[in-house]
Amino acid sequence: MIEVDIQLARPGFSLASAFTAPGAGVTALFGRSGAGKTTIIQAVAGVVRPDRGRIVVDGETYFDSAGGIDVPIERRRAGYVFQDARLFPHMSVERNLRYGQRRARGADAGIGFDAVVELLGIGHLLGRRPHTLSGGEKQRVAIGRALLSQPRLLLMDEPLAALDAARKAEILPYLERLRDEMKLPILYVSHSLEEVLRLSDRVVALKDGQQIAEGSVAEVMSRTDMQPVIGRFDIGTVLDCTVARHDAAYDLSTLAFPGGELRVPRVEAPLGGAVRARVRARDVAIALAQPVDVSVSNLLPAVVEAITPGEGPYADVALLTGATRLAASVTRESVTRLGLVPGQAVWAMIKTVAVDSRSPDFAVPGEPSS
Amino acid sequence: MLTPEEWTAVQLSLKVAFWATFWSLPFALATAMVLARTSFPGKSLFDGIVYLPLVLPKVVVGYLLLITLGARGYLGQYLAEWFNIRLIFTTAGATVAAAVISFPLTVNAIRLALEAVDRGLETAARTLGASRLDVFLTVTLPLMLPGILSGALLSIASALGEFGATITFVSNVEGQTRTIPLAIYSATHMTDGDAMAARLTVVSIVLALAALLLANLADRRIRTLIGRA
Repeated sequence: MIEVDIQLARPGFSLASAFTAPGAGVTALFGRSGAGKTTIIQAVAGVVRPDRGRIVVDGETYFDSAGGIDVPIERRRAGYVFQDARLFPHMSVERNLRYGQRRARGADAGIGFDAVVELLGIGHLLGRRPHTLSGGEKQRVAIGRALLSQPRLLLMDEPLAALDAARKAEILPYLERLRDEMKLPILYVSHSLEEVLRLSDRVVALKDGQQIAEGSVAEVMSRTDMQPVIGRFDIGTVLDCTVARHDAAYDLSTLAFPGGELRVPRVEAPLGGAVRARVRARDVAIALAQPVDVSVSNLLPAVVEAITPGEGPYADVALLTGATRLAASVTRESVTRLGLVPGQAVWAMIKTVAVDSRSPDFAVPGEPSS
Repeated sequence: MLTPEEWTAVQLSLKVAFWATFWSLPFALATAMVLARTSFPGKSLFDGIVYLPLVLPKVVVGYLLLITLGARGYLGQYLAEWFNIRLIFTTAGATVAAAVISFPLTVNAIRLALEAVDRGLETAARTLGASRLDVFLTVTLPLMLPGILSGALLSIASALGEFGATITFVSNVEGQTRTIPLAIYSATHMTDGDAMAARLTVVSIVLALAALLLANLADRRIRTLIGRA
């Protein structure tokens, strides 16, 4: 388990963050650039020294301002994957990979050389020099190098940010394998909603150096106050679902979640498999009576929980469908026209084609969200 | 081709240039590290002092060496008394003069190389479990190698050409301090010295050119080796 509780002030920037991350799985540090995400993992690695606070990993205190503890970088065993890979240019790929491994002797032997090479598919690169590798290959080698240093935790600083879409798609499956096969806590810095939804179990959201939310992905990413981080048009509800049915004739799948069922474009996952779906608030419409003769196939009975007038024409409406809160973004004019009030029974309408659902092999986080 | 006297001057020049570079290199490396990587009160003054021999008249440097390291100099008298080391009129003295003059050039070349080393790579190495010394030996130093080598060749080249400080400090003694430039200077004062001056001039040009070509070649090889091609 990783426990972080740190504060730091620099000219023009201050950071305050406190969270815990479970002993395995991915915890995303999510926010826009300049939010302080990288500073947090630098503090965990020992590269940046916080002004105050504590950092504890697996019961070992890395940093404690009160106790005067500040373990040097090289003794923290924090595997760090940098955005720019940072492979040693004067060494072959193999020597890069072995650099940390050689220095980890004495540490409990975890993953071996061959296993890492196989996991990341870099066997054919071993004799090459870093400057001859593509961006995606460099990043895979950098991940392997960090893994072979037998780290207690893995820190990944936007490992995909410098890559184009094709390279990202090439690496994401490796990151998923890493997450699922290594029993290692991973702190993953990202500003990409898609990466966070696809890879992480938990999220710490940051804005301007201040932590604004911490919790499970579904919980944090569904909060309407995440709007400044996610953006008005991408804000929505994230639902951790299971596959209830497949409809082969129409290439559709039905997902079950605590508030009901959702018909979505076909997801490649077995029956009962875990799927994460995202419904944008702007894709949820509200009707007073059960709609008939409409193309929209997801019609969910709901209760208006709260209505928050937003800026300009918008209003945020929180709906309860069973146990699940569903965010809807409508106009203030619609709220008035329909006479919406809290407590009112309505119907939520969600177009099937508007639902993003992915991560066929996504592992349901073992940690209960609070 | 060359007279024995000229051969002596050539051999002496090479010897002085080599040893001057050999002894000053570790100090130049340390000085470059301090200048590139540390900050302390009075650093700009230290910086200035390091580069002073570059801008001072060489005769002034020679004179300063004379009053500090000469037989009756502030330090020189103790060197003679305690260690029986005499620098005046000796090859050792000529080596010291050459080392002092070429020092700033060497420091500068190494400093530039050090500043060009991506500190992110050093951080990466430390996260992989390497101590500061380990990082210096396995990452920083190898990446600085082209700079160190070019600094060394620059030092040799400038030591080969040293004149003012040498003649002021250790005088012009054949077989001891008379390097190629001093021998050419002497030749121009002899009635029949034109041929000797001409021959030594050719030798000077050949040596300088060789040093430059060598520097170029070594630089390219090392860059390929460390993957900066």
